[in-house]
Amino acid sequence: MLTSPASLAWRPSERKTHPMNTQLLIQLLANGLIVGTLYGVVAMSFVLIYKATQVVNFAQGELLLIGAWVCWWLLTKYQLPFYLGMPITLVFMLIFGVALQVIVLRPMIGEPVISVIMVTIGLSTVFQAAMKWIFGTNLQPFPPIFETQTMNVLSLQIQTVYLMSLVVSVAMMGAMAWFFHSSKYGLAMRATAFNQQVAQSLGISVKTVFAMAWAISAVLSAVAGVIVAVVNGVSAGLSGYGIKVFPAVILGGLDSIAGAVLGGIIIGLLENLAHFVDSQYLHWGNLYEIAPFYVLIIILMIKPYGLFGTKDIERI
Amino acid sequence: MAMQSLLPAGDFRTTYAADTVIFPTAAGRYAAIAVVALLCFAPLVLSQYWLSILIQIGYLAIAALGLNIMVGFTGQISIGHAAFFGLGAFTSAYLSAKLSVPVFFSIPLAALITAGVGLVFGLPAARLKGLYLVIATLAAQYILLDFFSRAEWFTGGVVPAIAQPFRIFGFTLRGDHRYFYVVLVYLVLSTILVTNLMRSRDGRALVAVRDHYLSAEIMGINLTKYRTLSFGLAAFYAGIGGALYAHYQEVVSNEGFTIDRSILFLAMVIIGGLGSVMGTLMGTIFMVLLPEVMEWVSALLRGGSIDQALALRNNIAFLREIAIGLVIVLFLVFEPDGLAHRWRRIKAYWKLYPFSY
Repeated sequence: MLTSPASLAWRPSERKTHPMNTQLLIQLLANGLIVGTLYGVVAMSFVLIYKATQVVNFAQGELLLIGAWVCWWLLTKYQLPFYLGMPITLVFMLIFGVALQVIVLRPMIGEPVISVIMVTIGLSTVFQAAMKWIFGTNLQPFPPIFETQTMNVLSLQIQTVYLMSLVVSVAMMGAMAWFFHSSKYGLAMRATAFNQQVAQSLGISVKTVFAMAWAISAVLSAVAGVIVAVVNGVSAGLSGYGIKVFPAVILGGLDSIAGAVLGGIIIGLLENLAHFVDSQYLHWGNLYEIAPFYVLIIILMIKPYGLFGTKDIERI
Repeated sequence: MAMQSLLPAGDFRTTYAADTVIFPTAAGRYAAIAVVALLCFAPLVLSQYWLSILIQIGYLAIAALGLNIMVGFTGQISIGHAAFFGLGAFTSAYLSAKLSVPVFFSIPLAALITAGVGLVFGLPAARLKGLYLVIATLAAQYILLDFFSRAEWFTGGVVPAIAQPFRIFGFTLRGDHRYFYVVLVYLVLSTILVTNLMRSRDGRALVAVRDHYLSAEIMGINLTKYRTLSFGLAAFYAGIGGALYAHYQEVVSNEGFTIDRSILFLAMVIIGGLGSVMGTLMGTIFMVLLPEVMEWVSALLRGGSIDQALALRNNIAFLREIAIGLVIVLFLVFEPDGLAHRWRRIKAYWKLYPFSY
C-alpha cells in the first residue's frame, strides 16, 4: 500500500550536464509550487478532520483515490461530460464521507486515540484493496478535459492542467478561509474544535459538525484526487498523497489549517529541490521521495508542534 | 495484566508474589507444559505444509510480541514494525554470510543492533506522545525501506541477500523438520521473557505510562526512558523474528517489509488483544491462518457461480487485503479486547457450566 510515488507533473528524464541548470531549477520550483498547493489542499482536509473530530485519518489518501476513480468511471463508462461527472462525484463523496463517519467513526467516539487511529489504518487497507479489486491495478489515463494543452503565462510555457490545478487549489483554500471565518457552520465547527462541551451547550449539534467535517474533507480530497488524476492518470499510487500529508501537517502544526497549507507548499518545493540537487549533483536517485520523511523526523525532534501548532499544555 | 483468573471464590491472594504468579492454577501450568511438549512431536506427525505454517506463526509471533510491548503495554502505535523486522533479517544475514559470525550468535546480535536502531527512532519520544510518535514510526518505515534499497553492500540491492543456515555443535538445522525446533525454542524463550517483563518494575512502569502518563510521571517514572525503552524492546523482538525468518528462508529479498506487513503486525496485536501475551499468540495464529483459509475457500468455490461472479482466482490477493483491513475494523468496533478476552469468557463459561449466571 502507498508505496509508489505520487509525484505530479513531469520529471526531467535526462540528466543535463550543465554546471547549474537554471531552466530546470525554475521548472522544478514551479512544479513544486503546483504539487505543494495540492499537498496543501489534502493537508487542509486532513487537519479539518483532526481539528473537528480528533481523528487522525490515515485513509485520507484513499479518499483522493476513491474520488478520482469514481470520476474516471463516470467519465469513461458513462461518457458523461466533465461538468456533469464532477458534481456527481462530489455529491457521492459528500455522502460517502458522512456515511463513513456515521457508520464507522461514530461508534469509536470515546475510545482511546490508538483504536481510532487503527480503525482508519484498517479502513485505508480496505479501500486500497477494494479499489484495486474493482478497477484493477493498471494506470488509467483520464479523458482530456481541456482543448488547449499549453498556455503562455509570463512568457513561460505552462500546461493548462497545471494552471487549472493551481487555480482550483487556491480557490478551495479561499473558500475554506471564507467558510471558517464568515459562515455560520464554519463558526460552529471552530467552536466545536475549540471545546466540544461548550459548543454543545450553545446549541451546536456536535454530531452534525462531525459528519460535516468528514463530508467537507472527503469532497476536498476528491477534488484534489481528480486534479492529480487529470494530470497523471488514476492508479493506486495516488493514495501516496495521503502519506505525504504527514510531513506537511507536522511541519505546519497538526491543528493549524493555515499551517497545513503552508506546510504542503514547503514540502512540495522541498521535494522538487531535493530532486534538483539529486539529479544535478548527488545522483543518489529517488531522493525526492524520501526527503520529506527526513524533514519530518528532524521537525519532530526540534520543533514537534510545527510552525503554527498549539503547544499541548498539560493540566491535571 | 488484566487477567481474570479462575480462582475459586474466597481464595484471596495475600502477597504480591502470589498476585504476580504466571499460572494461577496448577492446571494452567500443566496445560502450558503439555502444549510445548506436544509441539515437540509436531515434526514427526505433521506434513511439510503445516510445519511451514507453524514456523511462520513462530517467527511472526515473536515480532508481534515485541509490538505488543509497545502498543499493548506502553500505549504507543508503531506502523514501522515491518521495517525493523526486515532490519533484523538483513542484519543477521549480513553477519552470518559476510562476516561469518555463527548463526547461533548472529541472531541475538542482529536483535541487539535492531534494538539500537529502534532506540534512535524512539528518541523523539523524549518530547512527543501519541499521534506524533505514530508519525515518527511512519517515517522510520519509509526511511529504513529506502535504506534497504540503497545499501547494496548490506542488503544486496536487487539480488537477495544470502543467510547461512542455523548451525549448532556441528549440526545443521535446515528444512522445516529441524528448523521448527529452533523457532520453538526462541518462541518459548520470548514468551517467558515478555511475560516476566510484565511482572518486573520496568513492565509495571510501562503499563503505568500507558494508563496515565501524568500520574506515572508524578510517581517518579521517567517517561522519556520508558517510552524510548519500549521502542527498543519492540525493535529487539522484531529483530529476533526477522533474523529467524532470514535463516529459515536463507535468502532475504527487499520485498515483504512494506507498510502492509506493518499493518499485519498491528492486526495480530489488536485481534489477539492489546496487552495480552497469550492473545498475541492467538492473534498471530489467526492472521497466518486467515489467508490460508481464504485460499481453501476459494479452492472450494472454484468453478462455481460465486467464483465466476467475483473472479476469485485473480483477485485473491486483494480480497486478502480487504479481509485484513475489515478484520481490524470489525474487531476494534465489536471486540476491542480481542481474542484473549473472548478466550477468558469461554473459560469462565465452562468453569461455571451449567450454571453460568
